[in-house]
Amino acid sequence: MVRSYFLVAAAVALGLSAADTAFAQDTVKIGFILPMTGQQQSTGKQEAAAIKLYTAQHGDTVAGKKIELIIRDDAAVPDNTKRIAQELIVNDKVTFLAGFGVTPAALSVAPLSAESKTPEIVTAAGTSIITEKSPYIARTSFTLAQSTVPMADWAADNGIKKVVTMISDYAPGVDAEKSFTAEFKKKGGDVLESIRFPLANPDFAPFLQRAADQKPDAIFVFVPSGQGGTFVKQFVERGLDKAGIKIIGPGDVMDDDLVNGMGDAVIGTVTAHLYSADHDSAANKAFVAAFKKANDGMRPNFMAVSAYDGMNLIYEALKKTGGKTDGDSLIEAIKGMAWESPRGPISIDAQTRDIIQNIYIRKVEKKNGELYNVEFATFPAVKDPVKAAEQK
Amino acid sequence: MLTILFDGIAYGMLLFVLACGLSITLGLMNFINLAHGSFAMAGGYCTVILVNRLGVPFALGLPIAFLVTAALGGLFERTLYVHVYARSHLDQVLFTIGLVFMSVAAIDYVMGSSQQFVLIPEALQGQFIVFGVGMSKYRLLIILICGLLTVGLQLMIAKTRFGSRLRAAVDDQRVARGLGINVGAVFTLTFAFGSGLAGLGGALGAEILGLDPTFPLKFLIYFLIVVTVGGTSSITGPFLASILLGIADVAGKYYVPKLGAFVIYTIMILVLIWRPQGLFARSTAR
Repeated sequence: MVRSYFLVAAAVALGLSAADTAFAQDTVKIGFILPMTGQQQSTGKQEAAAIKLYTAQHGDTVAGKKIELIIRDDAAVPDNTKRIAQELIVNDKVTFLAGFGVTPAALSVAPLSAESKTPEIVTAAGTSIITEKSPYIARTSFTLAQSTVPMADWAADNGIKKVVTMISDYAPGVDAEKSFTAEFKKKGGDVLESIRFPLANPDFAPFLQRAADQKPDAIFVFVPSGQGGTFVKQFVERGLDKAGIKIIGPGDVMDDDLVNGMGDAVIGTVTAHLYSADHDSAANKAFVAAFKKANDGMRPNFMAVSAYDGMNLIYEALKKTGGKTDGDSLIEAIKGMAWESPRGPISIDAQTRDIIQNIYIRKVEKKNGELYNVEFATFPAVKDPVKAAEQK
Repeated sequence: MLTILFDGIAYGMLLFVLACGLSITLGLMNFINLAHGSFAMAGGYCTVILVNRLGVPFALGLPIAFLVTAALGGLFERTLYVHVYARSHLDQVLFTIGLVFMSVAAIDYVMGSSQQFVLIPEALQGQFIVFGVGMSKYRLLIILICGLLTVGLQLMIAKTRFGSRLRAAVDDQRVARGLGINVGAVFTLTFAFGSGLAGLGGALGAEILGLDPTFPLKFLIYFLIVVTVGGTSSITGPFLASILLGIADVAGKYYVPKLGAFVIYTIMILVLIWRPQGLFARSTAR
């Protein structure tokens, strides 16, 4: 009696799941794995807001298919990311995996993406090697080297001869230091010293003192997003700006999300980055206005624009394949795609599937009572320098 | 070089203000309060809300942070901690670590995970140059406030009646009770005061040490090192220990940046090997 009960229940379940797959033909599911809690929470918050904005603006139907968004939180812990990705692929049968707030998260999912032929769209992580780990990975965010190498070029071309690099001692910091130093030395510059401080240490006093005592023209700095303001404040407190030392670095330290709260001490800091909320284009002005309206006046940052462009990539890819959802067609459609993003013109490199974008040199200035990174020089169509060097 | 000494002293004083409450409670009540950092964090966030959002002047924000955290400390002591005094040290550790996690999650939920910056007034930004030594104005303020606090604490403990009651209760609780000293009230007041100091330290330190929800966990180790090296039976012990550690940390990072952060731990290990009860403690049995 009990056994037949189970048999009936099993049959019903099978029937339902079969019906489920029938519906799935007309629904395309996108699985976003973002750090909505934990240290990288601000990334998740910005990206989720951008994704919702895109859907609100462009609707949820593409090429005859209904788009279903699934946003899951991995707290930037790679073990979580992998587990969630497995669930999304096997249970939810997603067509796209996207997001990935930190490099280890993106890397942990790469083998899954390759095995299941699911396109993995990276909208946050920034290490060069990620796109090489699976033929189904494409990126709409950035690589750290894309910012540091133009920074070195600009510095060398603008009278900065001696630099002390100061970075937090963890993978992205070391990456930034290496790529900057290599390019700066190639252009004839001199790196007086490479100072690394512990990741969890926000008292920069002794390190700044040591750097200042070497009398460089500029200090190249890379610290995790929250510490940029503290660093610059202590820099100014020591009077180093009056000693004629400039601060340069990738734009991560002057994150749009936080720069307005850093105080006037950061005015004049020069950074190189892919996006500033102040970028002067019609597309960006519309984007920023819509974003602020939908999010209580919160300013979009480079993570938000990366997610926004990630959504655009997905929608355009589906349009191009006419609604076909197999990984190979989608990746083929993605390669070489080019469009005007709020950050400027961007494209996906057909060979590396990584993003090619303009890098802007910008300075922190006060506009309308708020602090913005104001762009004043552009390096157009920058490919990821690490992979470009390997290709030569 | 003198700037490094100055910075080290400022850092050490800050550590002292943050850690002395822990030292007192450990010495007085034989209670391991790992949640001490949470009170420091509470003080920091209190100041952030007051100064950044409500426009209260910084000079007022500090004492208010002290009072609020002290009140919080007193409240928690009466309602939560009093039940755990008689338990084993392990139970106390588990209990207070639980409190730490709760506080971290609560602040994370209410205020978000990002770093908080306190808007310090113009007058405190920049530095004085005295005889070629650059002295940051803010650090000078820290040294002043902490110096006054230390002197005040020492006077209070040595010269006032409350101080003698406190010392009596530390030396022998039962006899003190027998003499009619209200040990419970002494505990509550001391705990509140220690937490208030932690809150003040957190508020002062936000500019230098940073402030985010993981503050209690990040700095717990430093408080414990100060208490371990300085001992728990006096104020001067932790004071001198903090100064020593502050200078060693700053100087280490300046002269040997690669190993700089490890200097503090090395000193702790050496001190404990040489004098396990701490540098300045009497080797009393409990």
